[in-house]
Amino acid sequence: MNRALDGLRKRPRLTAILLAILLAALPFMMGFGLGNSWVRVLDFVLLYVLLAIGLNIVVGYAGLLDLGYIAFYALGAYLYAWLASPHFGLHLPFWLVLPIGAMLAGLFGVLLGAPTLRLRGDYLAIVTLGFGEIIRIFMNNLNAPFNLTNGPQGMNLIDPVSIAGFSFGKPLHVFGMTFPPTYFYYYLFLAFTLLAIFVALRLQDSRIGRAWAAIREDEIAAAAMGINTRNMKLLAFAMGATFGGLAGGLFAAFQGFISPESFNLWESILVLCMIVLGGMGNIPGVILGAVLLTAIPEALRYLGDFQRATLGHVAVDPADLRMLLFGVALVAMMLFRPAGLLPSRQRKREFAAEDGVAEQEQASLYDARA
Amino acid sequence: MDIFTQQLVNGLVLGSIYALVALGYTMVYGILELINFAHGEVTMIGAMVALSVIGVLAGVAPDLPGVLVVLGGILVAIPACMLLAFGIEKIAYRPLRKAPRLAPLITAIGVSIILQNLAMLIWGRQYVSFPEILPTTKFEFLGAHISLLQIAIVVLALTIMAGLWLLVEKTRLGRAMRATAQSREVAELMGVNVDRVISATFIIGAAIAVIAGVMVSAYYGLAHYYMGFMLGLKAFSAAVLGGIGNIAGAMLGGLLLGVIEALGAGYIGDITGGFLGSHYQDVFAFFVLIGVLVFRPSGLLGERVANRA
Repeated sequence: MNRALDGLRKRPRLTAILLAILLAALPFMMGFGLGNSWVRVLDFVLLYVLLAIGLNIVVGYAGLLDLGYIAFYALGAYLYAWLASPHFGLHLPFWLVLPIGAMLAGLFGVLLGAPTLRLRGDYLAIVTLGFGEIIRIFMNNLNAPFNLTNGPQGMNLIDPVSIAGFSFGKPLHVFGMTFPPTYFYYYLFLAFTLLAIFVALRLQDSRIGRAWAAIREDEIAAAAMGINTRNMKLLAFAMGATFGGLAGGLFAAFQGFISPESFNLWESILVLCMIVLGGMGNIPGVILGAVLLTAIPEALRYLGDFQRATLGHVAVDPADLRMLLFGVALVAMMLFRPAGLLPSRQRKREFAAEDGVAEQEQASLYDARA
Repeated sequence: MDIFTQQLVNGLVLGSIYALVALGYTMVYGILELINFAHGEVTMIGAMVALSVIGVLAGVAPDLPGVLVVLGGILVAIPACMLLAFGIEKIAYRPLRKAPRLAPLITAIGVSIILQNLAMLIWGRQYVSFPEILPTTKFEFLGAHISLLQIAIVVLALTIMAGLWLLVEKTRLGRAMRATAQSREVAELMGVNVDRVISATFIIGAAIAVIAGVMVSAYYGLAHYYMGFMLGLKAFSAAVLGGIGNIAGAMLGGLLLGVIEALGAGYIGDITGGFLGSHYQDVFAFFVLIGVLVFRPSGLLGERVANRA
């Protein structure tokens, strides 16, 4: 196994081709192997990867703890719903709506970032959390005096994505087989996710990425080195929010229905857990975290079958049990790998370093002592 | 004027409950710099355990005065939650003391999810109602109706705060807590058993949280497995508002948040000409929180410390 991995590492082109084939075939493997519902799970995995990559720019790269990230996702989704659903009678094409949504979210990222520039660590966390809640409460209540969001009922009949006349909304029948829309969305999401991964990787080692790392490690030293910390932090917020808005738009088109329920604080926390668990600042880690935390709760749905097989009846409702086990998994994984499953090279070094040094180094990450 | 005094009273009652929960957050934060996300859930468990005991007691001995029944519930719930908080710290936080700061935050969230779902399995998804055993005497004061329960909540909360204040300022344990908050290493060098101090902090916070939890459920007449979440969120906001790590700040922040929320909910309709209704109560609290933090980033009573160089 190890030899095979080594062999792959020496042949990057072969690895890329194998990976591409795997990614292209994945929905079919899942669909035929486990059932079409798993293709849907796959779509959600990609959406969360997209979200996690966006949040990782804010938290992992720039070190700004953002607990209201889901608000940008919500903005993207609601904008999509306003511009492409019967709600206002607008039906703009998705390639127009998505960028508008992403830009709106990015704008809100700057709006949120600007007043919070002086805040650090946990104060920033609580303000962003408040912002997220404010957005959600407005979405929940803006059905009066004029109906903007349709309140807690949410908005439905959102237009599906359609490319060159081919609508993603209906299943496709070919060769006597039926492919539900989840297959098409998989490839669409995959394209956006790959784009996001590319952007995030290129950002990491760019001038901007290095400036973010400097701010994260020591803001004063960064400022002394001539980094414009204000603009760089705003840029981090804007970039992260843009990804969030993009994911939100895709989510709205995919679901065809959105309601404030989908954008509560737990979602923000979930995305944060993904990046911390996977390994903050490290893109493969972030992807792994998103995949695991989306797939684990789905896999735990089989708990009912498991109970039937072992006990002969369902003792505890699997829906109740699965969040419990999710919590246990979260705690256990963190206890065994506190730096995340795939930590970035730098953090691994900090952990390997002598205890005292490591402690000091880590204290600088997300330090709240303002 | 009537609405004003009424909302002021309601706000003070709610605010003193927020303040009690906020104390738990702020004490832990002061010492460990950890947002103990599970604290709201400990409050919820406290309320649930107490309610179960109260329900049994009220059934077994219906002649017992209501106050004693509630006291019995609290007396059972406090040790239970102390044990719970002790265990949480020992299992989920202590092994991660030297880990990056976000690692214990994630375990805290994990513990929170575990407790919430455990409570759901044990007590179900429905609201558990608080039996009507407490006296419902009401007084008229400046045009506002004040119930005996409201007075009891505020008085009890203030007593607890004063007690905690004395504990922290006057006792050996309090001195050890303050020393640990200032510098764990130096406190350790001075012979303070830091692990024990941290455990004590969690335990004291849990005991106070139980009382706050029972207060909330008595005030609203119900408890729910989900109640800890919003309560914890508000309480943490209150702690930040007052200046996190600062005990007096948590009290001030809690009372202020409660009053602002109540007045905001009472007047928001008038201010905006009916555009926004009282269901924007929560928005109001968060707007104030953001406003305060933007103009005073370290909270109202937080010390302004120079940036770490």
